[in-house]
Amino acid sequence: MIVADRKPLKEILEMLKGYNRILVVGCKGCVSVCNVGGSKEVGILASILKIAGKKNGLNLKVDEKTLERQCDPEYVDLLKDMVDDYDVILSMACGVGPQFLSERYPESRCLPAVNTTFFGGAVQHGVWSERCAGCGTCVIHFFDGMCPIARCSKSLLNGPCGGSADGKCEISKDVDCIWDMIVRKKMEQGRLDDLLKFMPAKDWTTARDGGPRKSVREELVQ
Amino acid sequence: MSELKSGSNLEKVLKAGHFAFTGECGPPKGANVEHLKEKIAPLKGMVDAVNVTDNQTAVVRMSSWAASTIMCQEGVEPNFQMVCRDRNRLAIQSDILGVYAMGIRNMLCLSGDHQRFGNHPQSKNVYDIDSMQLIALVKQMRDEGTFMNGEAIDVPPRLFIGAASNPFADPFEFRVYRLAKKIEAGADFIQTQCIYNMEKFRQFIKRAVDMGLHEKCYILAGVTPMKSVGMATYMAKQVPGMDVPDSLIQRLRGAGKGKVAEEGIQFALEQIEEFKDMEGVAGVHLMAIEWEHRVPEIAERAGVLPRPVV
Ligand code: SF4
Ligand code: SF4
Repeated sequence: MIVADRKPLKEILEMLKGYNRILVVGCKGCVSVCNVGGSKEVGILASILKIAGKKNGLNLKVDEKTLERQCDPEYVDLLKDMVDDYDVILSMACGVGPQFLSERYPESRCLPAVNTTFFGGAVQHGVWSERCAGCGTCVIHFFDGMCPIARCSKSLLNGPCGGSADGKCEISKDVDCIWDMIVRKKMEQGRLDDLLKFMPAKDWTTARDGGPRKSVREELVQ
Repeated sequence: MSELKSGSNLEKVLKAGHFAFTGECGPPKGANVEHLKEKIAPLKGMVDAVNVTDNQTAVVRMSSWAASTIMCQEGVEPNFQMVCRDRNRLAIQSDILGVYAMGIRNMLCLSGDHQRFGNHPQSKNVYDIDSMQLIALVKQMRDEGTFMNGEAIDVPPRLFIGAASNPFADPFEFRVYRLAKKIEAGADFIQTQCIYNMEKFRQFIKRAVDMGLHEKCYILAGVTPMKSVGMATYMAKQVPGMDVPDSLIQRLRGAGKGKVAEEGIQFALEQIEEFKDMEGVAGVHLMAIEWEHRVPEIAERAGVLPRPVV
């Protein structure tokens, strides 16, 4: 899923300065699952904004709405009768949400309430960890299903750098060295030979480096 | 290894079968050419080539290619270092052509320390290619005369290709294979990470010799004299992939006030003595960090002077 963190309240208040009618829009997709932008979090943020407004002597109108998804025009459309009643739409979806809202409602101001961080999953309750960098040409079959592009701090493809120590990455003891995991698994399973093969430089044209991307599924295009 | 690949002094010294002795010099944190020249001067005639570091520990300094050029002008042979952290393949290839055009003949290919360690942790992390791919690229440019994309190079760069090996990083059992892979990719010589744990290094080099790696490539053992107990404990605890045994820290402590640096040098000299006779070791890479002025004394006491003229 796409993982996000809520922006600091200070930053949200700063961007909302001057707006009195606010619609906080959540998303039932990834951000609900990672507990950052679902209906519950929308409710919490809306109350916080109201309280903050009162403190500043403002009587803010803050309403809540959580869509099935914000990355789908079909659901984004459901706001069409509401948006005109607000000065601003504050999206709690990943970075896709505010952009789909902006595109659909060009007259409205749409702002992000979260920082979108990475593609990953929950490794324990309340902890999410990165797994994929969306490089567009998956190569993890070479590495027993572990991704050095997203998970090695240097995206190395030919083995661990000289900073790998005790299973941790040189950048921090809180970061696992994915190469340590790949090497150990290959050695345990007697497939070290796989790692002796030279991996040539990656073609990054399918990644963000090749420019903004688009996926066209001809059979579905009407 | 019949014909010369680059014609560098380091290559000639190694090829002639001499025990090589290389040094290291970090460019200044600024454009202070005089300061750089002061650091270079004591190295002249003391070593076969001098590594010029590339924004080491991810701290911005004068570019390694520019400092290498100045070193050439000063009559000292540089070993130009390049890390993959700061440049994509376009910049890498043009810099390789550039250094060769300026008379540089040795190049050390490295991944580089992550920028999070340095003074611009906010910077973008490039790593378009990794150190293994960099080695292979320099070899391709030299031996096939083509760029990474296959296009012909008008006057290919003839460089003596170096790579690093850290026998002390994890997983230990894999390190010798990674070394083999670097040699396979095109490394002509290897400089190891600073060695303090001699026992572990002996095991490592034995495995390399068993695999015949020392016959395919020159392996230079990395030595950095400890200047203080603080430096030793810092390296032991704070530098990932560095193995400083407690016994060494105790030994330095035991030296007593004012005598620690001498004890550090003494340990380095003992190491060099052992490396001279160690099968698989073709020389020593002395990284006397911010201690360039002590290199002549260390070289003298290590009995590696005069340096061979080949
Ligand atoms: S190789 Fe690319 S697509 Fe596959 S997991 Fe890694 S970043 Fe994602
Ligand atoms: S320590 Fe491991 S994860 Fe970190 S940069 Fe090196 S190889 Fe990659």
